[in-house]
Amino acid sequence: MARFLLKRLGLAAITLFLLSVIVFVGSQVLPGNVARRILGPFADQAAVENLNHDLGTDRPLLTQYWDWITHFLRGDMGDSLAYHVPVSTLIGDALVNSLQLAALAFVLVVPLAILGGVIAALKRDRAVDRVITLGGLSLTVVPEFVTGIILILVFALWLDVLPVSASAPSGSGPLTEIKYLILPALTLVLVLFGYIARITRAGTIEALDADYTRTALLKGLPRRTVISRHVLRNSLLPTIAVVATQTGFMIGGLVVIETLFNYPGMGRLIFTAATQKDFPLLESAVLIVGIVYLVANLVADLAYSLLNPRIRYATAE
Amino acid sequence: MTIVEDPTTAVAIPARPDQARVARRERLRLLLRSPTFVIGCVLFGAWVVCALFGPVIAPQDPQFPDVLNKLAPPSSEHLFGSDRLGRDVLSRVIVGARSVLIIAPLATLLGTVVGTAVGLVCGYYGGLVDEVIMRLVDAILAIPVIITALLAVVALGPSRRTLIVVIGFLFTPIIAKTVRAAVLGEAQLEYVQAARLRNERSPYVMFAEILPNVMGPVIVEFTVRLGYAIFAVATLSFLGFGADPSIPDWGHDISENYQFINGGVWWAVLFPSLAIATLIVGINLIADAIAQTFDR
Repeated sequence: MARFLLKRLGLAAITLFLLSVIVFVGSQVLPGNVARRILGPFADQAAVENLNHDLGTDRPLLTQYWDWITHFLRGDMGDSLAYHVPVSTLIGDALVNSLQLAALAFVLVVPLAILGGVIAALKRDRAVDRVITLGGLSLTVVPEFVTGIILILVFALWLDVLPVSASAPSGSGPLTEIKYLILPALTLVLVLFGYIARITRAGTIEALDADYTRTALLKGLPRRTVISRHVLRNSLLPTIAVVATQTGFMIGGLVVIETLFNYPGMGRLIFTAATQKDFPLLESAVLIVGIVYLVANLVADLAYSLLNPRIRYATAE
Repeated sequence: MTIVEDPTTAVAIPARPDQARVARRERLRLLLRSPTFVIGCVLFGAWVVCALFGPVIAPQDPQFPDVLNKLAPPSSEHLFGSDRLGRDVLSRVIVGARSVLIIAPLATLLGTVVGTAVGLVCGYYGGLVDEVIMRLVDAILAIPVIITALLAVVALGPSRRTLIVVIGFLFTPIIAKTVRAAVLGEAQLEYVQAARLRNERSPYVMFAEILPNVMGPVIVEFTVRLGYAIFAVATLSFLGFGADPSIPDWGHDISENYQFINGGVWWAVLFPSLAIATLIVGINLIADAIAQTFDR
């Protein structure tokens, strides 16, 4: 178990290092001359060189990377070019907001999608199955802003029961805040439903076809007992592991959903940083997103191996 | 790469050259009988026709501003209403298919060709090359595609070529991973060992022997990625990082008219949204049907 743990942590560390290099290249090397970008194409060459010297962007790339990453690891992410405040405070607030939205969506989608997937598996190849599978697939592949806009039109414009914006007026109670979060969360739910339901369906079908299920049925156990004790116990574990790997996909969706609903989370922060070419904010935010994704995957991996006796005992040998 | 076009020529069992062709015909027959596939083809085909002949089909000039009828609701004059500049929404929806259907397939093609090559090399050689490339792949996959694309498009400046290269490049890792997994299943087979014993060169074994046998996953991956490419192109242009704001584009049109939604203007955002949804769902129905025939 310890070796397994060390190997996983080592791989995650290597991936994290490569990730930081990619983000560095994307935000500091690809855009070209930093001072020229800030001062514009008509600025004096001497002024450009001066500013590059002041910003430290005329140093060798390796030095710049080392400087950036060591400061990042100490929590110093520099100042935002657009807001003139430390990047870390902006990211802190936004991360909390995004987590609230994501938590609400997960609470809604996980039971719904698992239920949908299990029903689809039990009614395999019948009409119910096709509706859940193809309906879920269609909802997953349509861009979040399309789903969001249709939800807004239906619930905010035509039925007039929910607000268009996701930001509740300041000072309102938690219930009002949740009411404002319903539409963005529902968009996320619709996008995630198909994927999780699909994995659940596949896992349940595999368990239904397994020898132990046939044995349990043949020895005369009632179908209900077989499904709850033998099938679901084996099929839900991989599903739960897969749910965690959806965090990355979800954060990508948050960029669009938070922009659409004007919600002050990580997604909208990344979007505004991108439109304002605020590179210090952009690179730190993207790196944080990558770290959140990798940590979620690592936790899912470990939880899966801890909960699954087959893996637990296999690695213990 | 001419070998790719006819997978039957280099199929695994030379004694029975017909077998692959029979299997292929059987798959085609199954596909044509699948309602999912037919519906997908109708949806996708309709948008391809719009992309090819859009300006001819469109009832009005998509760029003409009917200034007296700004944000007019659907009527006999403007079937889908008019947008904030008084342009005909129906015509813009029809002509708008072209922009996304140029960028997305080219990007997917780029990603599939490069990804397949990388996957073949990784799966065939294994060892250190494989280990290093797969770590890099994992690192790229750790950031959501939309966010990486946003970063790259901001850094390089939006243009049609940038979008194709960026999206194609971002799809490379996941395609490489799929192809690598398929190659690992093939590399131990007898026909590969036979080719090695014949002293065939590695590129020949990879591209002429293994590639035709992993074409199934490659085709499935291509159709699935095409859906995601349209997803990415539409999302980027909705966020304001599309190829060219001056030509009709669904995502861009939606973001331009979104601010009027509170005033009850639903037509200028609903119809382009439905266009994106039907195109993507169409492609994914095709992808789903193809994947099922390869599973059998």
